[in-house]
Amino acid sequence: MSRTQVIARVGRNWVILFLFLLCVIFSFTGRGFLSLKTLNNILLTSSPALLLAAGETFVIITGGIDLSVGFVRGLISVISAIVIRDLYALGYSPYFAIFCGIVVGVLLGFLPGLVNGILVARFRVPPFIATLGMYGIANGLALRYSKGFPITFLPDEVGEIGNGFFFYLLPGRLFTVFEKPLGLTEAEARNLVGIVPYATVIAFALLFVFGFVLSKTQFGQHIYAIGGNIDAARRAGIPVEKHLIRVYVISSLFAAFSGVLSTLIFSIGTHTQFAASLELFAIAAVVIGGASLMGGKGNILGTALGVFVLSVLEVGFLMSGILPFYRYIAVGAILVFAVVIDQLFPEIVYD
Amino acid sequence: MEGERRPLLEVRNIVKRFGGLVAVNRVSMEVYPGEVVGLLGDNGAGKSTLIKVISGVYRPDEGQIFFEGREVRITSPMDAIRLGIETIYQDLALAENLNVYSNIFLGREKLKKLFNLIPVLDHEYMMQESKKVLDRLGIEIPSLRNKIKTLSGGQRQSVAISRSIYWNAKLLIMDEPTAALGVTEQRKVLNLVKTLSAQGVAIIIISHQLYDVFQVAHRLVVLRRGEKVGERLTHETNPDEIVSLIVGAELVEGGQRG
Amino acid sequence: MERVMGGQKEWLYRLGRAWVAFFLLGEIVVFSIIGTGFFSARNFQNILVAATTILLLAAGETFVIITGGIDLSVGFVMGLACVVSAKIMVMLQAASVSQGLSILLGCASALLFGLLPGLVNGALVAKLRVPPFIATFGMYGVAYGLSEILCNNVPISGLPPLVGFIGNGYLLYYLPGKALTFFSPPQGIGRADIRAMIPLFPNVFVFSIIAVAIFGFILARTQFGQHIYAIGGNIDAARRAGIPVEKHLIRVYMISSFFAAMGGVMYTLRFVTGRADAGAARMLDSVVAVVIGGASLYGGTGSMVGSIIGTLIIAMLETGMVNLGLPTYNKYVYVGIILVLAVLVDQFFPEFVRKGE
Ligand SMILES: Nc1ncnc2c1ncn2[C@@H]1O[C@H](COP(=O)(O)OP(=O)(O)OP(=O)(O)O)[C@@H](O)[C@H]1O
Ligand SMILES: [Mg+2]
Repeated sequence: MSRTQVIARVGRNWVILFLFLLCVIFSFTGRGFLSLKTLNNILLTSSPALLLAAGETFVIITGGIDLSVGFVRGLISVISAIVIRDLYALGYSPYFAIFCGIVVGVLLGFLPGLVNGILVARFRVPPFIATLGMYGIANGLALRYSKGFPITFLPDEVGEIGNGFFFYLLPGRLFTVFEKPLGLTEAEARNLVGIVPYATVIAFALLFVFGFVLSKTQFGQHIYAIGGNIDAARRAGIPVEKHLIRVYVISSLFAAFSGVLSTLIFSIGTHTQFAASLELFAIAAVVIGGASLMGGKGNILGTALGVFVLSVLEVGFLMSGILPFYRYIAVGAILVFAVVIDQLFPEIVYD
Repeated sequence: MEGERRPLLEVRNIVKRFGGLVAVNRVSMEVYPGEVVGLLGDNGAGKSTLIKVISGVYRPDEGQIFFEGREVRITSPMDAIRLGIETIYQDLALAENLNVYSNIFLGREKLKKLFNLIPVLDHEYMMQESKKVLDRLGIEIPSLRNKIKTLSGGQRQSVAISRSIYWNAKLLIMDEPTAALGVTEQRKVLNLVKTLSAQGVAIIIISHQLYDVFQVAHRLVVLRRGEKVGERLTHETNPDEIVSLIVGAELVEGGQRG
Repeated sequence: MERVMGGQKEWLYRLGRAWVAFFLLGEIVVFSIIGTGFFSARNFQNILVAATTILLLAAGETFVIITGGIDLSVGFVMGLACVVSAKIMVMLQAASVSQGLSILLGCASALLFGLLPGLVNGALVAKLRVPPFIATFGMYGVAYGLSEILCNNVPISGLPPLVGFIGNGYLLYYLPGKALTFFSPPQGIGRADIRAMIPLFPNVFVFSIIAVAIFGFILARTQFGQHIYAIGGNIDAARRAGIPVEKHLIRVYMISSFFAAMGGVMYTLRFVTGRADAGAARMLDSVVAVVIGGASLYGGTGSMVGSIIGTLIIAMLETGMVNLGLPTYNKYVYVGIILVLAVLVDQFFPEFVRKGE
C-alpha cells in the first residue's frame, strides 16, 4: 500500500480510533469505567439506539432521511405495552401476552414506513417532509394512546426477558446459564454479574442480518446505486420506487423493533417528547459512522460504531461526574468533526 | 460499401414538435453496422431531439423507425436498450459512489448462491468480465475496484461506453462525448470509437468539434432548424463545405437572410 | 417569468398558488362557527401572541430554506437567548441597575449574542462545506448544552416585574368613548371600565411583526434577497455570476439565528423566565410553517408572506382546538397531514396546469 492509501484508510476508520481513545480516557477519569458491568450497561442501553440507527442507515444511503423513527418507536412501545398489559389483565399467561405485544408491535411497524415510502417514491414528496408529517402523526397517536403517561403494570416476566442475560457470574464462586442463581445473600446478589444481555443479542442478530442484506445482496447494491445517482439507477432498469418503499419500511420496522425492545428492557411503554431527539441521535450516529446525507455512502458496522461512540460518551460522562448537558455539546462537535474529517481524507484509490 | 448491406437503423420522415415549434422536421437517415455517422448542426438545430426520439426519451409526432429491417415502436428508454440501442448522455449516468465493475453491471448484477441458498453479489465474476471488456476495447483503468469518483472524465466516459458494449449494444449514440474532456482524453475516446466501429458497432456521434467528427465519422448528416440540409461521405467533403451547410450557405457567401 | 395562459387556466393556476390562504380562511370560518367566542378581537390577538414564536423562527428559517439549506438549531438557539437575556436581567438587577435599563441591556445582549450561532453555522456551511443539516444539528446540541449549563438545569426566575408588564402588555388601550392610551391602561378607571376596555396590538406581536416586515422587504425587494433566491435555485450558476455566495450564506444563517434569539427574548418577556427548552418543540413547527407557505426544501422558492400564512394556519389550529376543548395531541396529527398535503398540492397543481397548456 502506498502512503496515501494508508492515510486514506486511517482517515476512513478514524471512528474506531476515536472510540478506543474515548474508552482509554474514561478509564482514567471514570471510577469503575473499565468493568464488565459498564460494558454490559453500555451494550444494554444502546440496543434500542442501535436498532433505530440501523434502520436510518438504509434511508440515509438512498439520500433520504427518516425523521419519524423516534416517535414511531414511541408509538410502538406504547402500543405493545398496552397489548401486554391488557391481555395479562384479561388473565392470559404473561408469556402469551408478551408474545402478542411483540407481534402486534412489529406488524404495526410496517405501516408508517409504507406510507412514508409511497409518499417519497410515488408522489415525490421530499423525504424530510414526508417523514416529518409521519413524525407529527405518530407523535399525536402515541400521546393519544398513552394519554401522556407511561404504560405501567406490565407482568414481571417482561423485565426478566428484557433484562435477562445469557450467563451469570458470581466472581470466583458461581457460573450459571440463562437463570439467575437461586438463594443468594444480598451481598452476593450485588456482586452478581450478568454477561451478554438478551436484548443486545437480539439487536446484534438483526443488525447482522440487515448488514448482510446491505453489503452482499443485489438489493443492497441497488440502494447504494440509488443514493449515488438516482437517474443512473432508473436508466439501468433498477426498480427505484419499489426499493425506496422497501427502504422506508425497513426503517420504520427497525423503529418498531426498537420500541418493542425498549418496552421489554424498561418494563414500561414510554412516549415522551424527548423521543424527538432520538432520531436526531440516530442520524448523528449514522453520520459519525461514515454515511453522507447526500446518499450513496454508509454501512451498518460504521453505524454501530457511531452508536457506541454516543453511548460510551453518555456513560463515560456520567461516571466521570460531568454534567449530562456537556454530552449535547460533545455530540454536536463530534458530528461536525466527523463530516469535516470525511472531506479531508481522500477516497481510497487502488493501483 | 454500405450500399450492399441492410441498414441497422433507419428513420423515415421523423417529425417532433414542441408546442408550435418544430424541433425535428421530416428527417430521414440510416446507419449501417460498423458505421460511424456524425450528426452536425448549430445550437438548437434539433440533433439532441432527434437522438432522443431514437433512444426512446421522446415519441415522434410523425415518422417511422426501422431497426434491423423491422419497423419498431420505441416508447421508453428501456425499449431502446432491449433492442440494443444504448445512449451515452453527457451526464453519463454512472453511480459515482460505486466502483467500475459495479457500474458496468448496474441493474444487472451477477449473483451467486451462498450456501446454495442466499443469492449474493458475485464480485469476482463481475470484476473478471469487466476486465475482459475493458481489455477488448483497450481501455486502461488502474483498478476496477476504484470508485467512479476517483476517475478522470475520459475514464468515466470509457466506463460508460464499456457498459453499453458489455450488454451488446448494436447501436451506440453519443451526444457530445468529448465536450468536457482535455485533449489527451478526447483522443482516447475517439480511438475507442474507431475500435468499436471496427468491431461492428454502429455509432451516431454528435459533436460541435468538426475536427473530431472528421477523424472518426464515415458519413456526416447536417441538420439546420430541424431539417436535414445535407448528407456527405466524409472522404468526399471538407470542413468548409460542412460549415456552410451548418450555418446556411447564403451566410458564407455573404448573402442576406430573410 | 411571463406566463401566457387562457383565462380559465390562469384562474386554476392562481387557485393552486393561493390555496393556503383559502385554507386559513376556511379554518377561521369553521372554528368561528363551531367554537365559542372564537371570533373576537381578543381571541385573534391571543392567537397572534401565541403565534409569535413560530412566526419569528419561521421568518429566519425562510431565508435558510430558500437557499436550499435548513436550520435545525433555531429551537435551542431560542432557548439559549432566552436564558442569556433572563440571566443578564437578573444579574443587572442584583447589581441594582434600574429595571428598564437591565431589561434593555438583557434583550440587546441576547440578540447580539444570538448572532454567534448563526455565524458558526454559516461558516461551517459556506467555508467548510458541511451539509446544513449536520452543521445546524451540531449547533442544536451545543446551544442546548450551553443553555442548560448557564441556567444549571433550572428555569431562571426572579426577573424584574416590568418584564411581564412589557411582555404581556399592549401598544394601545382603548376605552370606547372615554380614553385611548399608549403602553399602559388608563389610570384610575373602574372595574366595569376595565372589562369594557379593549387592548389593541400586543407588544410582543408588534415587535415581532416589525422585524418580520423589515426582513420580508429585504427578501422580496433587495439585491441581497434576489441573490438568495439565485443561490437556492442554482448555487453554481450564482457563483459563476459573481454573487458572493459564501458571504451571503453566512449572512443567511446569522439572520436565522437572530430571529431565533428574538424568539427567545420575546419568550422571556412573555413568561418572565429563562428556559433552555423554550423553543425546543417549535423548531419543526417553524419548518412546517415555511413549507406550508410554499417553500421547497430543495431551495429557490418561498416567501415571507407564505411563511406568515403557514404560521397562522398552525397557530389557528392550535388555539381553535383548545377553544373546542379537543385534546392537543390531535394537533400533531393534523399538522402532519396538512404538511404532506401542502407539498402534494404544490407539486401537482402547477403540473396539472402545465399539462393543460
Ligand atoms: N423539451 C423541450 N421542450 C420544448 N422545446 C424543446 C425541448 N427540447 C428541445 N426543444 C427545442 O427544440 C429545438 C431543438 O433542440 P435540440 O436540443 O434538439 O438542439 P441541438 O441541436 O441538440 O442543440 P445543441 O447543439 O445546442 O445541443 C430548440 O429550439 C429547443 O429549444
Ligand atoms: Mg444538444
